[in-house]
Amino acid sequence: MKSRTYIGVGLIGLGLAATAPARADTLRDVIESGTLTVGVKADYRPYGYLDTDGNVVGIEPDLAQDAADVLGVDLELIEVVASNRMQFLEQGRIDVMIATMTDTMERRGVVEILNPDYYSSGTNILARKSSEFSDWSDLDGAPVCGVQGAFYNRKTEEEFGADIVGFTGTSEALNALQQGRCAAFVYDDSFLNSRLQEDGWADYEMPLETIDDAPWGMAVKTGEDAMAAFMSGMIVHWHTTGRIVELEEEYGIQPVPFTRRMHERYRGYIPDSGS
Amino acid sequence: MLEISEWFRVLAETSGINLTIVYDAYDRERMVRGFFNTILLSGICLVLSIVIGVVGAWLQGSSLKWTRRIVSGYIQLFRNTPPLVQMYFFFFALGALMPRMQNEWGIMEPILSNWHWAIISLSFFAGAFNVEIFRSGIEAVPKATVEAAKSLGYTRLQAYRHVVLPLALRVCLPALNNNLVNLVKTTTLAYAIAVPEMLYVANQIWSDSLNVPEMMTFLLFAYVGLLALLVWVMNRWERSLRLPGFGS
Repeated sequence: MKSRTYIGVGLIGLGLAATAPARADTLRDVIESGTLTVGVKADYRPYGYLDTDGNVVGIEPDLAQDAADVLGVDLELIEVVASNRMQFLEQGRIDVMIATMTDTMERRGVVEILNPDYYSSGTNILARKSSEFSDWSDLDGAPVCGVQGAFYNRKTEEEFGADIVGFTGTSEALNALQQGRCAAFVYDDSFLNSRLQEDGWADYEMPLETIDDAPWGMAVKTGEDAMAAFMSGMIVHWHTTGRIVELEEEYGIQPVPFTRRMHERYRGYIPDSGS
Repeated sequence: MLEISEWFRVLAETSGINLTIVYDAYDRERMVRGFFNTILLSGICLVLSIVIGVVGAWLQGSSLKWTRRIVSGYIQLFRNTPPLVQMYFFFFALGALMPRMQNEWGIMEPILSNWHWAIISLSFFAGAFNVEIFRSGIEAVPKATVEAAKSLGYTRLQAYRHVVLPLALRVCLPALNNNLVNLVKTTTLAYAIAVPEMLYVANQIWSDSLNVPEMMTFLLFAYVGLLALLVWVMNRWERSLRLPGFGS
């Protein structure tokens, strides 16, 4: 049912794109008007959050600034949330969306998600440094807090032998972890990363290799080919120069395996010195 | 057995009715455990809440003013707050204040677990109602009967145990049944503090397999079955305690 609805939405999107008359090209408009409008998150530290002065800062706003600098235009940031970010793109309120969005086939039917993906998040655990977990199999028999309904609860239990203690929300689970009711908390690594930034979590770490990676994609409105080509170029540029890894370090989080891998892949072809 | 589970797998593929708890060994095992956890939690809380009710009703008739005040304070507190709020309060607020002991993971863990807090909170919640239910029964025992017992040399406790309580119990049994049935249904709230009873397990299964309607239906029938059994037992008890010349 769900996928059918998505396909339906996707088809409507495609239909609109196909029937719409040739229209102005956003990239040219941006250069002419001198302002690039980017939708970012404002509640997802360190990817996009409000600083003490109320400005939106973070890794994604910095990437948006890079893109504006290359174009030689001013940057305007618009705060978006998961439930309105694609609509903002479709309505033209933002030119580009860089908002922690997981890249899925359903979403590719609604907006144009750029290739390659720029980030990725998966599953990891938050644990006391003193627990010294180093491998997922170390969780065998351990009580591990989780959030009810998360898909990796079963995997953590079935494959790694952990004893999942599922709560109704993240705050309850984190509280239980702090109270000492679990040896670890299993959740999205991006969320855990942002938690580690906050006070009160200095004795905790994310000790394991992230699993079940799902990539994050930037997006433009469907059919904005010039803007898509430009932004895709920017993403490749960021991977090539290691800019995203640099930003992760600047904001004090552990670079995720994905950005490190992409940097290595795009760094360039090094000719074999032999034969 | 294998054939039955195969049949349900085919049913899931052909009709979309996906009862993973029948054909998926992992889901089946955790649902069976959830079922027995519900029974265990209900059983313990039933017994404790009746004990609380009996003792509370006796203390309520005490001649000491402060004993009566404390009992009625307890009743007001537990009867007038939602059980889910009590559960959260006990586990997250009071639980954090408990003394801690180092567990095998080298972590200082509070001594009472989520199981303990679920039992405490549910027993006291149902117990508060039980005190009032037993009081209604005690007040129905004629004063002359109590005075007769006392004139025969019974102390207050002896009269309560041998004369008042047996009569009161019979009078308040229907109301008690009601409350105990309610208690068993309220055990589902323990899912909020991660006690793996049936609702908790069903919730995780339908998140994994996206079979919400099937699991909801299963839960409904499971509770109807469980409570039908309880009501049947209580009704038989009621009949065996029939007082000649009293009620029907």
